[in-house]
Amino acid sequence: MKLVQNNPEGRAGPSGATDLAAYALRLYIAGQTPKCRAATINIKTICETYLAGNYKLEVIDLVDNPALAASDQIVAIPTLVRTQPLPVRRIIGDLGNTERVLAQLDLVPRPA
Amino acid sequence: MTSTKATPAPPAHPAAPQIPKTPTGIEGLDAITDGGLPTGRATLVCGGPGCGKTLLAMEFLARGALQFNEPGVFLSFEETARELTLNIASLGVDLNDLTRRKLLVLDHVRTDRHNPEASGDFSLDGLFIRLGHAIEAIGARRVVLDSVESVFDGLPNRLILRAELRRLFGWLKDKGVTSVITGDGSDRALTRHGLEEYVSDCVIELAQHTVGQASSRRMRVIKYRGSTHGSGIYPFVIDPSGIVVLPITSKGLAHAVCDDRVSSGIADLDTMLGGAGYYRGSSVLVTGSAGTGKTSLAAQFCDRACARGERALYFAFEESSSQIIRNMRSIGIDLAQWVDKGLLRFQATRPSFAGLETQLMLMYTAVKSFGPQVVVVDPLNGFLIGDNVDEVKFMLMRLADMFNTSLITGLFTSSGIGDHANGSHEASISSLIDTWLILEHLEMSGERNRTLSILKARGMPHSNQIREYVLGSSGVHLSDVYIGPRGVLTGSARMTQQAQEQADALLTQNETERLRLAIASKQRALEAKIELLRDELSLQEEQARRIIGLEESKARQLQQDRAAMGIYRTRVAPAAPGAKHEAGPEQP
Repeated sequence: MKLVQNNPEGRAGPSGATDLAAYALRLYIAGQTPKCRAATINIKTICETYLAGNYKLEVIDLVDNPALAASDQIVAIPTLVRTQPLPVRRIIGDLGNTERVLAQLDLVPRPA
Repeated sequence: MTSTKATPAPPAHPAAPQIPKTPTGIEGLDAITDGGLPTGRATLVCGGPGCGKTLLAMEFLARGALQFNEPGVFLSFEETARELTLNIASLGVDLNDLTRRKLLVLDHVRTDRHNPEASGDFSLDGLFIRLGHAIEAIGARRVVLDSVESVFDGLPNRLILRAELRRLFGWLKDKGVTSVITGDGSDRALTRHGLEEYVSDCVIELAQHTVGQASSRRMRVIKYRGSTHGSGIYPFVIDPSGIVVLPITSKGLAHAVCDDRVSSGIADLDTMLGGAGYYRGSSVLVTGSAGTGKTSLAAQFCDRACARGERALYFAFEESSSQIIRNMRSIGIDLAQWVDKGLLRFQATRPSFAGLETQLMLMYTAVKSFGPQVVVVDPLNGFLIGDNVDEVKFMLMRLADMFNTSLITGLFTSSGIGDHANGSHEASISSLIDTWLILEHLEMSGERNRTLSILKARGMPHSNQIREYVLGSSGVHLSDVYIGPRGVLTGSARMTQQAQEQADALLTQNETERLRLAIASKQRALEAKIELLRDELSLQEEQARRIIGLEESKARQLQQDRAAMGIYRTRVAPAAPGAKHEAGPEQP
């Protein structure tokens, strides 16, 4: 059910073991709305840029899994949840502001 | 055409199409709203913290599920499902059971915990999906969003949130579910974020007022599109069965009257009240300062009612039931027997224990459950805390209305404590009262004595007299008062007067007797005299008769003698002494 986009194309990180990825992220969306599409693209870009090989990203479409909305306490869409490392962090919105997303994820922006 | 224009044409058609309604099942609320909340629309329930919004909302769902078989979804933004379940369990509703039976979905929406950072545009689709999923899972007909405004605390960007909530309420309408949305009110607005702008089909405000040290809850229907509704402020209580709203006051004054009469418990008082006592279903006010015997009057009223086999309910706000029973025993009224027989019930509480509305509701429920013919409220003035005369009046009006419609005779006592301000309080409630008895202390010749008079008694001829009100060893009775040169006499002055009158009467009686005897003796003397005279008369008569007889016989003799002498002369005249022989020759 879960649309898992996990270290695409076997680009294994330095650790090699994706299950032990330092970063576990979940992006909750509801259908393919512009906002959701934008969020999906934005987070993928950020992950690839900053966490390549060291992350696990799940994109969960609540239209397909409505029950998860309640169990995972989702109100706003899109919502990005960092489940690892602790503490759990939440960012809502289309994730267009990269600096804010990085700050929330405790990542240091890389000079362009 | 012209004629129809001329008439005002009242549109109030009894069969006017009403919008469909969904009953809440909450006693009283459905009456106020003429049948319930608008079906398929949203109702805003607003009010400050702790005024019962969540409970009302939960009861709406629980009763919907249990009484009307309408499943419901409770989306809680404040309390967790566990907290809610525990809180509602105290009212005897098992939410877990409802959940198991697929009559309820409880979802706690946590918005405050995470305080997520926002990065760009977002929507509340997550909430929509949760709600939609829950509604579909059980086929819900009712939805509650408890304090949906909490999303403003948990999520950034108020503009987006406002737009999203507006969309949410529209979406709920499209779903056709009947929803209750709660919102925290403040002094300035019904809700903190102006929910009433979006949810405007029906708005109910709950409030908690504190007067003195007692608080009371009230409910008001602020608006209800497309429907009539009660426009008053209705008290409600949260009792073990949930929210109970008293739909006050009958809308009109059309209650049936009863010609049946109820004894006041005092025969003399009944006589004063047109010979039969109070009207059944009427309200009686007994006023008097401390110690004038208000409670005794009330107790005797109950006692006699119970003796007739009626049920009496006694609301005591100053004394406990055991105190009243003990005190009344001292004047020979045994109330304990009626309590044992279940005919008399005491409900003794401090007036400050709860607000007026709560007290009213407690009284209302007690009356409903006990079903008395006679109710005593002793005393009313415990409720007069500060400046709440109007509220007490309102409460009394509701009570009087309730008693009237249920044909309960209500007796209210009130002590003015002799001060004029309170007196005017009584005056302000007097218009609600059918019979008003006044108990007073009369201070005279070093004593205080009690008097009773009737200030008014609607619909019956009644005595204008002030009577002395005596607490005897076998209850209360009235005695005639004596009007002396200085006014009404009571107590020992009355007794003195009584004794005086008795003495006077005795004196008069003696005098009369003496006169009578004198006359009799005079009569006897005269009669004796008359007798004497009569004797004398008859003696004289006798004498006269005898003399007359003598004279007559003398004359006759003379005549005979003469005749004999004549005969003798014609014949050979015999010797004169032979007169005895005169008849001799005639005999043969």
